[in-house]
Amino acid sequence: MGSAQAKGVAMKKDKRYGLYHPQFERGSCGVGFVANVKGKKSHEIVEKGLEALKRLAHRGAVGADPQTGDGAGILIQIPHEYFEKVCFSEKIKLPQAGSYGTGLIFLPPNPSERQLCKDIFSKCLAEEGLNLLGWRKVPIDDSHIGKTAKETQPAIEQIFIEKRKEINSQIEFERSLYAVRRRIEKEIRSLNLEQKSFFYITNLSSCTISYKGLLTSFQLEKFFLDLNDPSLKSAICLIHARYSTNTFPTWDLAQPFRFLAHNGEINTLRGNINWMKARGIEVIVPGGSDSATLDNVFEFLVLSGRSLAHAMMMLIPEAWENNRLIDKNLRNFYLYHACFMEPWDGPAAIAFTDGKDIGAVLDRNGLRPARYLITKDDLVIMASEVGVLDIPPENIKLSGRLEPGKMLYLDTEKGKIIENDEIKEEVSSRQPWGEWLKENMLELSQLPHTPPHFKEFKEDKLKVLKAFGYTREDLKFILKPMAEKGKEPIGSMGNDTPHAVLSQRPQLLYNYFKQLFAQVTNPAIDHIREELVMSLESYVGPQGDLLEETPEHCRKLRVKEPILTNEELERIRSLRKHNFKSKTISVLFELKNQKFEKEDLIDTLERICKEAEEAIQEGYSFIILSDQEVDETHLALPMLLVTGAVHHHLIRKALRTKAGIIIESAEPRETHHFALLIGYGADLINPYLAYEAIAYLSEEGDLTLDAKTAINHYRKAIHEGILKILSKMGISTLSSYRGAQIFEALGLAEEVIAKCFEGTPSRIQGAGFKEIAKETLLRHQQAFRENRILDSGGIYQWKKDSEFHLWNPASIAALQDAVRKNDYARYKEFAQLINDQSKNPTTLRSLFKFKKTNPIPKEEVEPVENILKRFATGAMSFGSISAQAHETIARAMNLIGGRSNTGEGGEDPSRFKDDRRSAVKQVASGRFGVTTNYLVNADEIQIKIAQGAKPGEGGQLPGHKVSLIIAKTRYTTPGVTLISPPPHHDIYSIEDLAQLIFDLKNVNPKARISVKLVSEIGVGTIAMGVAKGHADMILISGGDGGTGASPLSSIRHAGLPWELGLAETHQTLVLNNLRNRVRLQADGQMRTGRDIAIAALLGAEEWGFCTSALIVLGCVMLRHCHLNNCSVGVATQDEVLARRFAGRPEYLVNYFHFVAEELREIMAQLGIRSVDEMIGRVDLLETNEEILPWKAKNLDYSKIFWKPEGPQFCTTTQDHGIAEVLDHKLIELAQPALEKGELVREELVIKNVNRTTGAMLSGEVVKKYGEEGLPEDTIYFKFKGVAGQSFGAWLAKGITFELEGMANDYVGKGISGGKIIIYPDKQADYPSEKNITIGNTTFYGAISGEAYIRGVAGERFCIRNSGLYAVVEGVGDHGCEYMTGGRVIILGEVGRNFAAGMSGGIAYIYDKTGNFEKKCNLTMVELEKPKKEDENLIWKLLHNHYRYTSSSTAKNILDNFTKEIKHFIKVMPIEYRRVLQEKLILEEKEEFMEVSDG
Amino acid sequence: MGDLRGFLKFKRQEAPHRKVAERIKDFHEVALLPSIPQSYEQASRCMDCGTPFCHWACPLGNFIPEWNDLVFNRLWKKAFELLDATNPLPEVTGRACPAICEYACVLGINDEPVTIRENELAIIERAFASNWIKPHPPKLRTGKKVAVVGSGPAGLACAARLNQMGHDVTVFERDDQIGGIMRYGIPDFKLEKRILDRRINLWEKEGIKFKTSTNAGVDYPVSKLLSEFDALCLATGCRVPRDLKIPGRQLKGIHFAMDYLIRANRGERKEAQGKKVIVIGGGDTGADCIGVAHRQGAASIIQLEILPQPPTTRTTDQPWPTYPKILKTSSSHEEGGKRLWSVTTKKFLGTEKVEKLVCAKVDAQLREIPGTEFELEADLVILALGFLHPEPKGLLEELGLELDAKGNVKTSKDYQTSYKKVFSAGDMRRGPSLLVWAIYEGQQAAKAIDQYLTSSIPASCASNKKT
Repeated sequence: MGSAQAKGVAMKKDKRYGLYHPQFERGSCGVGFVANVKGKKSHEIVEKGLEALKRLAHRGAVGADPQTGDGAGILIQIPHEYFEKVCFSEKIKLPQAGSYGTGLIFLPPNPSERQLCKDIFSKCLAEEGLNLLGWRKVPIDDSHIGKTAKETQPAIEQIFIEKRKEINSQIEFERSLYAVRRRIEKEIRSLNLEQKSFFYITNLSSCTISYKGLLTSFQLEKFFLDLNDPSLKSAICLIHARYSTNTFPTWDLAQPFRFLAHNGEINTLRGNINWMKARGIEVIVPGGSDSATLDNVFEFLVLSGRSLAHAMMMLIPEAWENNRLIDKNLRNFYLYHACFMEPWDGPAAIAFTDGKDIGAVLDRNGLRPARYLITKDDLVIMASEVGVLDIPPENIKLSGRLEPGKMLYLDTEKGKIIENDEIKEEVSSRQPWGEWLKENMLELSQLPHTPPHFKEFKEDKLKVLKAFGYTREDLKFILKPMAEKGKEPIGSMGNDTPHAVLSQRPQLLYNYFKQLFAQVTNPAIDHIREELVMSLESYVGPQGDLLEETPEHCRKLRVKEPILTNEELERIRSLRKHNFKSKTISVLFELKNQKFEKEDLIDTLERICKEAEEAIQEGYSFIILSDQEVDETHLALPMLLVTGAVHHHLIRKALRTKAGIIIESAEPRETHHFALLIGYGADLINPYLAYEAIAYLSEEGDLTLDAKTAINHYRKAIHEGILKILSKMGISTLSSYRGAQIFEALGLAEEVIAKCFEGTPSRIQGAGFKEIAKETLLRHQQAFRENRILDSGGIYQWKKDSEFHLWNPASIAALQDAVRKNDYARYKEFAQLINDQSKNPTTLRSLFKFKKTNPIPKEEVEPVENILKRFATGAMSFGSISAQAHETIARAMNLIGGRSNTGEGGEDPSRFKDDRRSAVKQVASGRFGVTTNYLVNADEIQIKIAQGAKPGEGGQLPGHKVSLIIAKTRYTTPGVTLISPPPHHDIYSIEDLAQLIFDLKNVNPKARISVKLVSEIGVGTIAMGVAKGHADMILISGGDGGTGASPLSSIRHAGLPWELGLAETHQTLVLNNLRNRVRLQADGQMRTGRDIAIAALLGAEEWGFCTSALIVLGCVMLRHCHLNNCSVGVATQDEVLARRFAGRPEYLVNYFHFVAEELREIMAQLGIRSVDEMIGRVDLLETNEEILPWKAKNLDYSKIFWKPEGPQFCTTTQDHGIAEVLDHKLIELAQPALEKGELVREELVIKNVNRTTGAMLSGEVVKKYGEEGLPEDTIYFKFKGVAGQSFGAWLAKGITFELEGMANDYVGKGISGGKIIIYPDKQADYPSEKNITIGNTTFYGAISGEAYIRGVAGERFCIRNSGLYAVVEGVGDHGCEYMTGGRVIILGEVGRNFAAGMSGGIAYIYDKTGNFEKKCNLTMVELEKPKKEDENLIWKLLHNHYRYTSSSTAKNILDNFTKEIKHFIKVMPIEYRRVLQEKLILEEKEEFMEVSDG
Repeated sequence: MGDLRGFLKFKRQEAPHRKVAERIKDFHEVALLPSIPQSYEQASRCMDCGTPFCHWACPLGNFIPEWNDLVFNRLWKKAFELLDATNPLPEVTGRACPAICEYACVLGINDEPVTIRENELAIIERAFASNWIKPHPPKLRTGKKVAVVGSGPAGLACAARLNQMGHDVTVFERDDQIGGIMRYGIPDFKLEKRILDRRINLWEKEGIKFKTSTNAGVDYPVSKLLSEFDALCLATGCRVPRDLKIPGRQLKGIHFAMDYLIRANRGERKEAQGKKVIVIGGGDTGADCIGVAHRQGAASIIQLEILPQPPTTRTTDQPWPTYPKILKTSSSHEEGGKRLWSVTTKKFLGTEKVEKLVCAKVDAQLREIPGTEFELEADLVILALGFLHPEPKGLLEELGLELDAKGNVKTSKDYQTSYKKVFSAGDMRRGPSLLVWAIYEGQQAAKAIDQYLTSSIPASCASNKKT
């Protein structure tokens, strides 16, 4: 190894650079196994595993170096026969199978360091009394692996360890191997080796062995020569291909781990790790991935004596809380275990084995695909896709899929497959959980009523309110709407106030935290429509020992919802049963001489922590932290600070699980506050002052409701809000959210993080204890000084005496004046108001300063016209803004050569070809109006993953806002509510995004594909994955932006500034040599030339403008977008108001010229001639130390200003890999049809690696024939085999696809008029209606067309269907979710939560078992009997179904139609029926509801 | 926000004025109070904008959208509390403010603005009628003494706020009654003096001491002021009028507007009776003089303005939300008389008394257009040409305060004059301006004085001393 290599490795040891941090790496992958049910070992199984791995290769990823994969591996049974053979030649004397442990060890390449490591093995083994049989050099061929992989390639040797005689059982031997492994790992970790990072023990077991490395799926078997030997035999082969967003994929993170392989992401990881630590159980190896950590704990549970299934059910429980159909014992099992293990929550398909049994489990919401086939000759193949092995159809016994929360389990010794219900019954009947629960568990609701002790204020209420920072806005905009309607308050137009650390005013500590949210690598959950997976239950009180299993383990207090009423709190306080008792600890500080210094704050925190610790040692089960009785001389510490400090203190002392923490506080009032308190460890919260404030509103007549009702509404709203925050992060249960710390701090110093919020990222440092103390004191003093009215607040509505806003009357007036008069001098006045924030620092960039360089004359800088091409306007949908405003923006952008954006919601096809067209067509989760025609008419297709105002959230456009024209552009029905789901249901992970990019690129190969992300920590690594997924452009949006309507808490508290996200993304891409193949754009409150100059220096070659564009066109920041009430006609669909719109394209043209001109001036001043030269030049920026506001004196921008070397801007294009797709052949075959409209009939073979078949062909049809396409069946392709993902995506009118075989996920996505027919291979003899034919999320966003599927579809069939007519023989969970139109017939079993969010269209269910009603979500639909016209339609579609697929089910029904029709249930959306009945087109309505549609 | 669609349902509707024929016979207020149902309707037109330009334009920062919303929701008392927090004299501004806020109202962009001034008036009159306004003497007294010189809007606003903060305040007024320009400058038909008395009465009960007929610096020596008080606030306005120095100026019958108005306000109700009145100057003061002259029974009234007739709507160089110079027609103009634009007065003719004015038309640059000379008959000429600066004699001279180039008192941004314990506010400091600016300045000066006074005493002591 050369020195350069060594240096590279040394660098990677400390993987932090600039803003990049390895903690936020994400992985996702292809996973699966091949096994022989009877446990028959063979080399064939291994071969099949390797073959499957290769067929999953497209789910893995490669980085900048195409030969380096993100990792691949297999886990098999110990191939004793083979090892015996090789050991013989190595002169290692191997005992009989099972009597030795072995494993591959990754060692430092440096011989002396390697020897050092091996010596430690010898030493530790000797100390443990185990005999080292010998080391074997593992034969490898590394000639074909990539450069990056080679640089970090370890020396790989295999160790053999003999079992001690006195060890009798296999598990005992495994335990001792585990113990010695842990010991060795620890010892080597403590060594000071240069190449320590190479060291890794893949496995040490007497049952299993894994072969893995930083390889591609194709390289694995070539690399490990062992794998090719026919005597290497196993009955089990667990496989994994990794797709990581890692900056530096490493050898040790390749999977499978010792027990499992995981596809997905553990969202609650930080909390899970902390809770394990809190239990005093140190089994987690630092620096591991989420999957590695899960493996650590799973291993611990299994080795401690629990069965594989038992341990897995503890860690990944199914959604039992709200499942009415679940078995009672099983429910009790889950409830019992919930008392001492929080779920490891997140999307997960996990395959696990101990070498004897093998199984797989899916997360509670089924967010990863997992298909399996069982053959007649005892082979089981489970994988993320079907078709990874070619199985003769006639050999298939069962084609299945893992259902949400379900388990597939094989016992190879018993030689049988154990069904989900059976294995769970086995586990759940182990103990009388039910009795244990009955005796021990207490329910809060059943505790005796205790009158709340009257919360009397020593001071007048107004002063107390002020002491806790209450403003008039808190009452009017936050509490009142919640108390009135029980819903979270909505607002509009983003956030333009200072970050808490920059604000001149005292801020609540909560304001320093931003909510993180799921993007790309895992999906946000729709907590409303998919409520069944959500739970707010808490089990409070001391936890039992994880290694034991006693009735007392469930001696806990069960609380349904975490926000306690005053009365509930008193019930707990006075609880004495089961030795429960509460200790109330005051968090007040007594002021002397009006002083409260840093030391006072820290001392008080320590006093509180100590009191809590002592209370636990004295046996108190509940710690109540209380800030009651604040008065002039008693100041309350910030409750969040206290909660975090106590929680972490108790974790460090391994005491946290010994008691519950209950917060009794005047402070929390917004959902964000509650979410933070729980996120940092609080169990339950009693917000007594919020209740008082509501009572006050009620007394004052501000509320028409009585206080009690109002408070109940408020609690409901908060609970909803908490669920929403959980779901944004992809977390389903409060118990796994608690302590998960899903936040990023902005502007807090390390000392605060270390003491109270350990593990929370805080990248620019900022306020420390001193500043927090000062801020707290200031607020307190102000409260007791004057007492007339509450402060204005000024956050949601600009106020003279309150918080500064960048968009204020002066800046708005100046901008409008400048653009109307085309007056550059006036623009400069505007720019000055924005750029010079020395008095009111608001944005991070306001504190940047350009360095002094050698200026050049402005004439030498590239012209305005060049710069204008880099301008874009943001995604503002027609629907959120008026047609007038939308078209004016498009015209202006077309005039200057920039790009306007359709926003989600489609575009009127009449605009496609004229000056009103938007160059950027957005694809959002609702897929409204995303037709083939829409896509082929785009210059750029933008996948909106998140939006600044409400990242991780969906939207809703209420029916009354869906006008004729909106319905037309969205391909829905006027008057019917439209719901945009929180996630894209075809993007649950990074490889899914790569698939969607591939889909869209196929439809329109000429369009560039962009992906819109929102700034948060880790966005750089996500962007890495996106770049690896072949996006052409990545847009980083700041969290402050947002023109649409959003919940107020999301506008303010979710998402981070673009400065951070952009810098992180740019740095990460440059570091990984990927920056040159993807462009970067930044948006989010861009206003001036200075803003974009900074964005360019931080790495963006393009810039987007939204709010400023609207202001130019007349918006005056009424912030009424959500009310449809825009008096200037910008953000409204009201025709009367829209007519008031007075914007003109020229204004925007003027504005953009001004901005470009200002940029040129800055470039001249910096001595830069072209924008390209400017990109990534952070070295030209520095902190403007002179204007740092008082709290921000310690702000540290060095991470933002870190500059990695390498290409700094995009110079090449991505290889999208569409050159080889099957469609090229299809297009060739279809030439007669494409050219002359002649009929084309062809037959082809298809495999799972043939993805997105039909999309490119459809693009061609539509380009030639427009949306109308061709006459039905003009192009008819018949395929045979197993189709890959996205079969028939965006299939255009006139094309018919017939498939004999099976298909994977996303069949018929966006289908726009085509026809898809799928039926099992005619040779197969399994009953189609009981077996899976197509995968998950099929016909997502279907526009129109027909589909006939013989067999069962997976989860989310026909999701967001706009107009497809489909027949299928069974569906998984969430069928017809968000459907707005079309007709669906289901001839078999239906999963849970059918018709959730279904606002339109009709479904007909053939419900022979009569249990459909229980599975249907009746929130938006009603069940009816089909009418005559329904019967006709059913008959016709079934007739087709039979004709196309020879379905026996269809035939049977048709043959006995009059009898069988009685079994049909019609699922009718209530709103849709009303619209159909009233033929309600577009009624002017006076009623205005709040909406939130981006 | 009450009614989202209020602005589309209701048009702007101003409160009615009494009929001209009736009102010119007396000096009672011209405007009637808006009816309560009308207040609800008009308040409902307010959109409670996220960026309230009205609130921005209002020098006092009145929480306009908030109280409009409260009025719509029938929460009058809360509306009053909010109004009271920013404005110590809403009953005056509600009647006599030119309402810059209304010119900045977002509805004004493409519709008629909200009747903000009248809504303000409705709130405060409702508060008085409901007896919500009671004297609230401060609970704590700081023991610090402040003298406020001048009882116009700036002085009174300053005194009121200082008193609330617990300081002992004495207001010096050289006239025999409190109110300054509000009492003597604004005619009764715009602001009846009982309105002022009502408020002053309250303040007296709250502990403010008023010393009328005391010309500070003359009747009350400066040295005494300085030794008796911990701080002084000077707010005697900007009373030196701009003169018209042309031939014939010395003739009788030519008066400064303020002298004329003061006489009228003191009870002189016949001065213009039967006379041909000419008011020179087209501003608000001129308009007030016209109203007075009507009521005094003038035979004819002509108002001369040297500037051209302003446009009736906004021009591009006066875009929304600026306070535009457009044609304003006051109630006095409604009552009769003639307005002449682009006219300069060259000389007064007459023997002893003024009899005629020699005038001429001017062009856009205000240059006389040759050959346009004409004469106007006049018995009474009122010069309403604005004001220059405060009277330099007396207090200013005694204290030796620095003045700015225009002759106004020079202060730091904290209203502190060149004499450390002396502060100044209002027109005296900023030059001639609007009533609301004077109130604003008075309040700001109060804050500055409070800061000055309390920074010298520890906060704990100040708050512990109870009265």
